[in-house]
Order: sequence, then C-alpha cells, then structure tokens
Amino acid sequence: MRTVLLIEDSPGDVRLTLEAFREADKSIDLRVVADGVEAMTFLKREGVHADAPRPDFILLDLNLPKMDGREVLAHIKEDEDLKTIPTVILTTSDAEADILTSYQLQANCYLSKPVQLEEFEGLVKSINDFWLTKVKLPQQTHGGRT
Amino acid sequence: MKSTEDEMPIVVLLVEDSPGDVRLTQEAFRDSGKPVSLHLAADGIEAMAFLRQEGTYANAPRPDLILLDLNMPRMDGREVLALIKKDPSLKIIPTIILTTSEAEADIMISYQLQANCYLRKPAHWDAFDNLVRSINAFWLARAKLPQQRQVV
Repeated sequence: MRTVLLIEDSPGDVRLTLEAFREADKSIDLRVVADGVEAMTFLKREGVHADAPRPDFILLDLNLPKMDGREVLAHIKEDEDLKTIPTVILTTSDAEADILTSYQLQANCYLSKPVQLEEFEGLVKSINDFWLTKVKLPQQTHGGRT
Repeated sequence: MKSTEDEMPIVVLLVEDSPGDVRLTQEAFRDSGKPVSLHLAADGIEAMAFLRQEGTYANAPRPDLILLDLNMPRMDGREVLALIKKDPSLKIIPTIILTTSEAEADIMISYQLQANCYLRKPAHWDAFDNLVRSINAFWLARAKLPQQRQVV
C-alpha cells in the first residue's frame, strides 16, 4: 500500500484530490495536513503525528499558512532521510519564478492545478498512473512498516 | 512569445549507450506526434560535454529534459547525475533515470542524488513504447518545466 501525503490548505482542493485518488486506486493511503508546520511535524513524527507513516510520495502546495511550501520543500530536500521522498509541487501558481525556485530547491516535478473540475481529476489520475504506477519509488523498509 | 513558444520543440537529451534502446526511444518519441528534438550522447563524458557546450557541442541546445541511463562506459549515469545536480545552472533540468537496473541500491542512490524520477526499462518493445509515451504524456504535457529560452 502506498502512503501519499497531501499538504494542502484549501478544503475544496483536498476534497477533489481525495475523490480523484479514491476513483483511481482505492488502496492508496492518503494523509492530509493543512499547513507547512504540520507537514514537518508529520514528516518528523513529532507530537500528535508520532505514529505517522513515512510517505512514499508527497504532493505539496506552495502557498500555505504558517510555513509555506517553498520552505517545506527546502527542509525536505536538505534532510538526508527525507530527501529521497519524491515531492511534487501542486499549486495554482503558474509564475515562472515559482517554477524555477521549485526546481532549484529540487522539487521532483511541478504541476499547476487546472481550474476545471474534470481537468483536475484528469491530473490527479495522471499523477497516480505515472508516479504511483510507472515510477520506481525508493523502498522504505525502515520505520517499522511494511 | 506565447505562440512561438507553443511551436518550439521540446529539447530532450537521451544519454544512452545501447544502440537498440536509442532506436526504440527515438521511434517511440516519433510515434507520439509531439514536437520533440531528441539529442543523443552515448556516454557520460559526451553528456557532460553536451551540457557544458564544450568542443564539438559548442552549439548544443540546452535540454528541457534529460533521460539518463545508469550503466554506461567511461563515466556512468550516477556520476553524470551527481555533476548535473551539483551545478547551479544544470540542476533545474528535470533528469529522469531510465535503466534496466531494478536494484534497490540504484533506486535509492538515484533519489539521494536528486534524480527527478526513476524508471525501469521494460524488456518488451510494447511496454517500452508505452513507457516512453507516458514520459511524454506526463513530462512534456502535464509538468511545468522551467523556461530556459533566456539562457544562452
């Protein structure tokens, strides 16, 4: 079973992503956190997230409360343990500067959220088809989960 | 700007030493019908010369996407990947590992070196064709790549 961490503050986008993943593959364990501080707590298994699973894949919004996605991305990619988790930016921003900064910080890929519902579903399905089906993700045997 | 940009082919650098795999990849890209300008480097030394525009590659275009094999003569893909991801200018080019290796150690080291993703070459032609199509569909149609036209 694949664990996906969705870091997203918009309840509407969370709902759409959940539904699209459920339609694509019911076995995906999708976890949601609503801001950057909570994301880092989850990834470092601190506090209420002490028992959090290590995600196989991360979907990260850029504009988030408390700690934004750029900062979360920098933290993930500076951490020897977390940096191997493929982290894909999923944001409404189409700004060249955001795309460039994300690749400079070693985001694995940058996707912009479509505004149309069907296109959003299509994008989530293609994330599932490519990243969770075709791509070889690193095995994460440590952490006590199989 | 927008209209010319849409017509401009996406530049892909394929770093691959097996002539058979080069041929399959070329055909799969051609079949996809997308405007792709596919360039080849047969080993790591050639790949770095291409990326640094050295010697016979002085006029090489900057790739929008790199497909990199791991096991190659002279300089292998791990070393090429490390050089790309240490270079402030080259590190932003999405670099996809495309290899026959399925070894856990190779997958892990590739992500440690910040490969953008790791794909295993399927043994059968149909599956290979299908994989190149999905690289196309995802990376060339869905993903936003950094604009590199201004860098000359």
